[in-house]
Amino acid sequence: MMWVAIFGGALTCYVAKVAGLSVPERVLRDERVQRAAAMLPIALLGALVLVQTFSTRGALVIDVRGLAVGAALVAILLRAPFLVVVAVAAVVAALARLALG
Amino acid sequence: MFAQFRAAFGRWWSPVVRDGLGIGLATGTYGLSFGALSVAAGLSVAQSSVLSLLMFTGASQFAFVGVLGAGGGPVAAVATAALLGSRNGLYGLQLSRTLGLRGWRRWLGAHLVIDESAAMAVRQSAPGTARTAFWTTGLAVFVCWNTATLLGAFGARSLADPAAFGLDVVSPAAFLALLVPRLRAAGQPRVWAGAVAAGATALLATPFVPAGVPVLLAAVPAVAMALAPVRSRTAGSDPARPDPVGSECGR
Repeated sequence: MMWVAIFGGALTCYVAKVAGLSVPERVLRDERVQRAAAMLPIALLGALVLVQTFSTRGALVIDVRGLAVGAALVAILLRAPFLVVVAVAAVVAALARLALG
Repeated sequence: MFAQFRAAFGRWWSPVVRDGLGIGLATGTYGLSFGALSVAAGLSVAQSSVLSLLMFTGASQFAFVGVLGAGGGPVAAVATAALLGSRNGLYGLQLSRTLGLRGWRRWLGAHLVIDESAAMAVRQSAPGTARTAFWTTGLAVFVCWNTATLLGAFGARSLADPAAFGLDVVSPAAFLALLVPRLRAAGQPRVWAGAVAAGATALLATPFVPAGVPVLLAAVPAVAMALAPVRSRTAGSDPARPDPVGSECGR
Protein backbone atom coordinates (compact mmCIF):
# COMPACT_ATOMS: atom_id res chain seq x y z
CA MET A 1 0.00 0.00 0.00
CA MET A 2 2.84 2.36 0.90
CA TRP A 3 4.55 1.61 -2.41
CA VAL A 4 1.32 2.29 -4.33
CA ALA A 5 1.02 5.67 -2.58
CA ILE A 6 4.68 6.47 -3.32
CA PHE A 7 4.36 5.70 -7.03
CA GLY A 8 0.94 7.38 -7.25
CA GLY A 9 2.22 10.52 -5.53
CA ALA A 10 5.35 10.62 -7.68
CA LEU A 11 3.26 10.21 -10.84
CA THR A 12 0.85 13.06 -9.98
CA CYS A 13 3.76 15.39 -9.22
CA TYR A 14 5.49 14.44 -12.48
CA VAL A 15 2.28 14.99 -14.45
CA ALA A 16 2.08 18.56 -13.09
CA LYS A 17 5.65 19.22 -14.26
CA VAL A 18 5.10 17.77 -17.74
CA ALA A 19 1.77 19.59 -18.08
CA GLY A 20 3.46 22.92 -17.41
CA LEU A 21 5.92 22.32 -20.23
CA SER A 22 3.25 21.00 -22.59
CA VAL A 23 -0.04 22.81 -21.97
CA PRO A 24 -0.89 25.68 -24.35
CA GLU A 25 0.26 28.91 -22.73
CA ARG A 26 -3.16 30.56 -22.84
CA VAL A 27 -4.67 28.17 -20.28
CA LEU A 28 -2.13 28.80 -17.53
CA ARG A 29 -1.57 32.44 -18.49
CA ASP A 30 -5.00 33.10 -16.97
CA GLU A 31 -4.42 35.46 -14.05
CA ARG A 32 -6.81 33.55 -11.76
CA VAL A 33 -4.96 30.29 -12.36
CA GLN A 34 -1.69 32.02 -11.54
CA ARG A 35 -3.08 33.55 -8.35
CA ALA A 36 -4.54 30.24 -7.18
CA ALA A 37 -1.31 28.38 -7.88
CA ALA A 38 0.70 31.00 -5.99
CA MET A 39 -1.69 30.85 -3.04
CA LEU A 40 -1.87 27.04 -2.78
CA PRO A 41 1.64 26.34 -1.44
CA ILE A 42 1.34 29.18 1.10
CA ALA A 43 -2.04 27.93 2.34
CA LEU A 44 -0.98 24.29 2.53
CA LEU A 45 2.35 25.03 4.21
CA GLY A 46 0.60 27.24 6.77
CA ALA A 47 -1.97 24.54 7.47
CA LEU A 48 0.74 21.87 7.77
CA VAL A 49 2.71 23.97 10.27
CA LEU A 50 -0.33 24.53 12.49
CA VAL A 51 -1.70 20.99 12.31
CA GLN A 52 1.67 19.37 13.00
CA THR A 53 2.41 21.78 15.86
CA PHE A 54 -0.94 21.86 17.63
CA SER A 55 -2.57 18.48 17.09
CA THR A 56 -1.97 14.87 18.11
CA ARG A 57 -4.05 12.10 16.56
CA GLY A 58 -7.05 14.31 15.82
CA ALA A 59 -7.04 16.31 19.07
CA LEU A 60 -5.94 19.93 19.40
CA VAL A 61 -3.15 20.20 21.96
CA ILE A 62 -0.69 22.83 23.13
CA ASP A 63 2.63 21.33 24.20
CA VAL A 64 6.40 21.58 23.84
CA ARG A 65 6.09 21.60 20.05
CA GLY A 66 4.57 25.10 20.09
CA LEU A 67 7.61 26.37 21.97
CA ALA A 68 10.01 24.63 19.59
CA VAL A 69 8.31 25.90 16.44
CA GLY A 70 8.17 29.39 17.98
CA ALA A 71 11.93 29.20 18.47
CA ALA A 72 12.26 28.11 14.83
CA LEU A 73 10.22 31.15 13.76
CA VAL A 74 12.62 33.44 15.63
CA ALA A 75 15.55 31.76 13.87
CA ILE A 76 13.83 32.19 10.49
CA LEU A 77 13.13 35.87 11.15
CA LEU A 78 16.82 36.28 12.03
CA ARG A 79 17.51 34.72 8.59
CA ALA A 80 19.30 31.69 9.98
CA PRO A 81 20.26 28.97 7.46
CA PHE A 82 17.86 26.08 7.01
CA LEU A 83 19.81 23.53 9.05
CA VAL A 84 20.09 25.97 11.95
CA VAL A 85 16.33 26.56 11.94
CA VAL A 86 15.61 22.84 12.03
CA ALA A 87 18.29 22.22 14.67
CA VAL A 88 16.97 25.02 16.90
CA ALA A 89 13.49 23.47 16.82
CA ALA A 90 14.77 19.96 17.58
CA VAL A 91 17.10 21.09 20.39
CA VAL A 92 14.44 23.27 22.04
CA ALA A 93 11.94 20.40 21.92
CA ALA A 94 14.44 17.88 23.30
CA LEU A 95 15.61 20.22 26.11
CA ALA A 96 12.06 21.23 27.07
CA ARG A 97 11.08 17.54 27.29
CA LEU A 98 14.13 16.85 29.48
CA ALA A 99 13.30 19.80 31.73
CA LEU A 100 9.61 18.88 32.03
CA GLY A 101 10.37 15.18 32.46
CA MET B 1 46.40 19.46 -23.90
CA PHE B 2 46.28 21.00 -20.42
CA ALA B 3 45.65 24.45 -21.88
CA GLN B 4 42.75 23.03 -23.88
CA PHE B 5 41.31 21.49 -20.76
CA ARG B 6 41.73 24.80 -18.90
CA ALA B 7 39.92 26.62 -21.70
CA ALA B 8 37.05 24.13 -21.72
CA PHE B 9 36.78 24.26 -17.95
CA GLY B 10 36.81 28.06 -18.06
CA ARG B 11 33.88 28.09 -20.48
CA TRP B 12 31.96 25.65 -18.33
CA TRP B 13 32.76 27.20 -14.91
CA SER B 14 30.62 30.34 -15.22
CA PRO B 15 28.92 32.24 -12.37
CA VAL B 16 25.60 30.62 -13.27
CA VAL B 17 27.12 27.13 -12.95
CA ARG B 18 28.78 28.04 -9.66
CA ASP B 19 25.48 29.36 -8.25
CA GLY B 20 23.62 26.26 -9.42
CA LEU B 21 26.07 23.94 -7.69
CA GLY B 22 25.91 26.09 -4.54
CA ILE B 23 22.13 25.83 -4.44
CA GLY B 24 22.44 22.08 -4.94
CA LEU B 25 24.69 21.79 -1.90
CA ALA B 26 22.37 23.99 0.20
CA THR B 27 19.44 21.77 -0.77
CA GLY B 28 21.43 18.78 0.39
CA THR B 29 21.15 19.96 4.00
CA TYR B 30 17.41 20.01 3.50
CA GLY B 31 17.51 16.49 2.06
CA LEU B 32 19.24 15.25 5.21
CA SER B 33 16.27 16.33 7.30
CA PHE B 34 13.83 14.87 4.78
CA GLY B 35 15.52 11.46 4.91
CA ALA B 36 15.53 11.49 8.71
CA LEU B 37 11.92 12.64 8.93
CA SER B 38 10.72 10.12 6.38
CA VAL B 39 12.17 7.21 8.34
CA ALA B 40 10.81 8.68 11.58
CA ALA B 41 7.36 8.78 9.91
CA GLY B 42 7.53 5.03 9.28
CA LEU B 43 8.88 4.73 5.73
CA SER B 44 11.82 2.45 5.03
CA VAL B 45 15.17 3.73 3.76
CA ALA B 46 14.32 2.35 0.30
CA GLN B 47 10.88 3.99 0.27
CA SER B 48 12.38 7.34 1.32
CA SER B 49 14.99 7.14 -1.43
CA VAL B 50 12.51 6.14 -4.14
CA LEU B 51 10.32 9.07 -3.07
CA SER B 52 13.25 11.48 -3.51
CA LEU B 53 14.23 9.93 -6.84
CA LEU B 54 10.75 9.84 -8.38
CA MET B 55 8.70 12.58 -6.70
CA PHE B 56 11.66 14.98 -6.50
CA THR B 57 9.92 18.07 -5.19
CA GLY B 58 10.79 18.88 -1.59
CA ALA B 59 7.67 20.43 -0.09
CA SER B 60 5.44 17.70 -1.58
CA GLN B 61 7.69 15.01 -0.12
CA PHE B 62 7.73 16.60 3.34
CA ALA B 63 3.93 16.86 3.19
CA PHE B 64 3.58 13.26 1.97
CA VAL B 65 5.53 11.75 4.88
CA GLY B 66 4.07 14.32 7.29
CA VAL B 67 0.50 13.22 6.54
CA LEU B 68 1.44 9.53 6.78
CA GLY B 69 3.40 10.12 9.99
CA ALA B 70 0.38 11.81 11.57
CA GLY B 71 -1.70 8.72 10.81
CA GLY B 72 -3.30 9.99 7.60
CA GLY B 73 -4.28 7.67 4.77
CA PRO B 74 -2.34 7.24 1.52
CA VAL B 75 -5.03 9.05 -0.50
CA ALA B 76 -4.76 12.17 1.66
CA ALA B 77 -0.96 11.96 1.47
CA VAL B 78 -1.00 11.76 -2.34
CA ALA B 79 -3.58 14.55 -2.66
CA THR B 80 -1.60 16.92 -0.40
CA ALA B 81 1.61 16.18 -2.30
CA ALA B 82 -0.16 16.76 -5.63
CA LEU B 83 -1.64 20.09 -4.53
CA LEU B 84 1.75 21.30 -3.32
CA GLY B 85 3.36 20.04 -6.54
CA SER B 86 0.91 21.90 -8.76
CA ARG B 87 3.07 25.03 -8.68
CA ASN B 88 5.75 23.19 -10.65
CA GLY B 89 3.27 23.23 -13.53
CA LEU B 90 3.37 27.02 -13.52
CA TYR B 91 7.14 27.02 -13.46
CA GLY B 92 7.08 24.73 -16.48
CA LEU B 93 4.83 27.15 -18.29
CA GLN B 94 7.20 30.03 -17.63
CA LEU B 95 10.18 27.95 -18.71
CA SER B 96 8.79 26.10 -21.72
CA ARG B 97 9.58 28.75 -24.34
CA THR B 98 13.07 29.47 -22.98
CA LEU B 99 14.04 25.83 -22.66
CA GLY B 100 12.45 24.78 -25.96
CA LEU B 101 12.51 21.09 -24.98
CA ARG B 102 11.35 18.52 -27.53
CA GLY B 103 10.96 14.74 -27.42
CA TRP B 104 12.83 12.82 -24.76
CA ARG B 105 14.52 15.99 -23.49
CA ARG B 106 11.13 17.32 -22.44
CA TRP B 107 10.33 14.14 -20.51
CA LEU B 108 13.72 14.29 -18.79
CA GLY B 109 13.75 18.07 -18.25
CA ALA B 110 10.23 18.04 -16.77
CA HIS B 111 11.50 15.97 -13.86
CA LEU B 112 13.94 18.76 -12.97
CA VAL B 113 11.30 21.54 -12.94
CA ILE B 114 11.36 22.57 -9.27
CA ASP B 115 11.55 25.76 -7.22
CA GLU B 116 15.32 26.08 -7.44
CA SER B 117 15.88 25.33 -11.14
CA ALA B 118 12.96 27.57 -12.16
CA ALA B 119 14.10 30.43 -9.94
CA MET B 120 17.65 30.27 -11.32
CA ALA B 121 16.50 30.03 -14.95
CA VAL B 122 13.95 32.88 -14.97
CA ARG B 123 16.53 35.23 -13.43
CA GLN B 124 18.73 35.01 -16.53
CA SER B 125 18.13 37.39 -19.40
CA ALA B 126 19.91 35.39 -22.14
CA PRO B 127 18.14 32.15 -23.20
CA GLY B 128 21.44 30.26 -23.41
CA THR B 129 22.40 31.20 -19.86
CA ALA B 130 18.88 30.38 -18.69
CA ARG B 131 19.18 26.88 -20.15
CA THR B 132 22.57 26.38 -18.49
CA ALA B 133 21.14 27.63 -15.19
CA PHE B 134 18.15 25.28 -15.44
CA TRP B 135 20.13 22.11 -16.21
CA THR B 136 23.01 22.83 -13.81
CA THR B 137 20.77 23.73 -10.89
CA GLY B 138 18.30 20.93 -11.59
CA LEU B 139 20.97 18.24 -11.86
CA ALA B 140 22.97 19.56 -8.88
CA VAL B 141 19.88 19.58 -6.69
CA PHE B 142 18.90 16.11 -7.95
CA VAL B 143 22.27 14.59 -7.04
CA CYS B 144 22.59 16.37 -3.66
CA TRP B 145 18.95 15.86 -2.69
CA ASN B 146 19.06 12.11 -3.31
CA THR B 147 22.44 11.57 -1.70
CA ALA B 148 21.34 13.54 1.36
CA THR B 149 18.03 11.68 1.59
CA LEU B 150 19.90 8.39 1.76
CA LEU B 151 22.32 9.67 4.43
CA GLY B 152 19.51 11.21 6.51
CA ALA B 153 17.42 8.05 6.28
CA PHE B 154 20.30 5.83 7.41
CA GLY B 155 21.13 8.31 10.19
CA ALA B 156 17.58 8.34 11.56
CA ARG B 157 17.31 4.55 11.41
CA SER B 158 20.11 4.34 13.97
CA LEU B 159 18.16 6.50 16.45
CA ALA B 160 16.06 4.59 18.96
CA ASP B 161 13.41 7.23 19.69
CA PRO B 162 13.17 10.12 17.21
CA ALA B 163 10.80 12.15 19.43
CA ALA B 164 13.38 12.20 22.24
CA PHE B 165 15.71 14.10 19.91
CA GLY B 166 13.00 16.55 18.91
CA LEU B 167 12.70 15.05 15.42
CA ASP B 168 8.91 15.45 15.53
CA VAL B 169 9.25 19.24 15.31
CA VAL B 170 11.68 19.10 12.38
CA SER B 171 8.77 18.86 9.96
CA PRO B 172 6.72 21.89 11.12
CA ALA B 173 9.95 23.90 11.48
CA ALA B 174 10.91 22.96 7.92
CA PHE B 175 7.49 23.95 6.58
CA LEU B 176 7.76 27.26 8.42
CA ALA B 177 11.17 27.86 6.86
CA LEU B 178 9.55 27.34 3.44
CA LEU B 179 6.49 29.43 4.25
CA VAL B 180 7.97 32.63 5.72
CA PRO B 181 10.09 33.60 2.68
CA ARG B 182 7.06 33.00 0.42
CA LEU B 183 4.85 35.23 2.56
CA ARG B 184 7.59 37.86 2.59
CA ALA B 185 8.00 37.70 -1.17
CA ALA B 186 4.25 37.84 -1.83
CA GLY B 187 3.76 40.74 0.58
CA GLN B 188 0.08 41.15 -0.34
CA PRO B 189 -2.74 41.37 2.24
CA ARG B 190 -4.74 38.92 0.12
CA VAL B 191 -2.05 36.26 0.48
CA TRP B 192 -1.76 36.80 4.23
CA ALA B 193 -5.54 36.55 4.54
CA GLY B 194 -5.50 33.35 2.52
CA ALA B 195 -2.83 31.85 4.77
CA VAL B 196 -4.75 32.76 7.93
CA ALA B 197 -8.02 31.37 6.54
CA ALA B 198 -6.25 28.17 5.52
CA GLY B 199 -4.62 27.72 8.93
CA ALA B 200 -7.84 28.40 10.82
CA THR B 201 -9.79 25.97 8.62
CA ALA B 202 -7.23 23.22 9.15
CA LEU B 203 -7.15 23.63 12.93
CA LEU B 204 -10.95 23.84 13.26
CA ALA B 205 -11.41 20.73 11.10
CA THR B 206 -8.79 18.65 12.92
CA PRO B 207 -11.05 17.14 15.62
CA PHE B 208 -13.75 16.18 13.12
CA VAL B 209 -12.08 14.62 10.05
CA PRO B 210 -9.40 11.93 9.48
CA ALA B 211 -5.72 12.92 9.59
CA GLY B 212 -4.48 14.56 6.41
CA VAL B 213 -7.91 15.89 5.43
CA PRO B 214 -7.64 19.19 7.41
CA VAL B 215 -4.70 20.27 5.25
CA LEU B 216 -6.67 19.49 2.08
CA LEU B 217 -9.68 21.46 3.37
CA ALA B 218 -7.35 24.40 3.98
CA ALA B 219 -6.93 24.72 0.21
CA VAL B 220 -10.63 25.60 -0.22
CA PRO B 221 -10.81 29.06 1.44
CA ALA B 222 -7.34 29.91 0.14
CA VAL B 223 -8.25 29.23 -3.49
CA ALA B 224 -11.58 31.03 -3.01
CA MET B 225 -9.73 34.10 -1.78
CA ALA B 226 -7.23 33.89 -4.62
CA LEU B 227 -10.08 33.78 -7.15
CA ALA B 228 -12.09 36.62 -5.59
CA PRO B 229 -12.25 39.59 -7.97
CA VAL B 230 -9.51 42.19 -7.59
CA ARG B 231 -10.64 45.76 -7.12
CA SER B 232 -7.46 47.48 -8.23
CA ARG B 233 -4.76 45.67 -10.14
CA THR B 234 -1.38 46.05 -8.51
CA ALA B 235 1.18 47.00 -11.11
CA GLY B 236 4.03 44.67 -11.84
CA SER B 237 3.03 41.93 -9.45
CA ASP B 238 3.59 38.42 -10.69
CA PRO B 239 2.50 36.02 -7.98
CA ALA B 240 3.62 32.87 -9.73
CA ARG B 241 7.14 34.10 -10.37
CA PRO B 242 9.49 31.69 -8.62
CA ASP B 243 11.63 33.52 -6.11
CA PRO B 244 14.99 32.10 -5.06
CA VAL B 245 14.33 33.51 -1.59
CA GLY B 246 11.21 31.36 -1.36
CA SER B 247 12.79 28.29 -2.83
CA GLU B 248 12.91 24.96 -1.13
CA CYS B 249 16.48 25.21 0.04
CA GLY B 250 15.15 27.79 2.48
CA ARG B 251 17.93 30.28 2.00
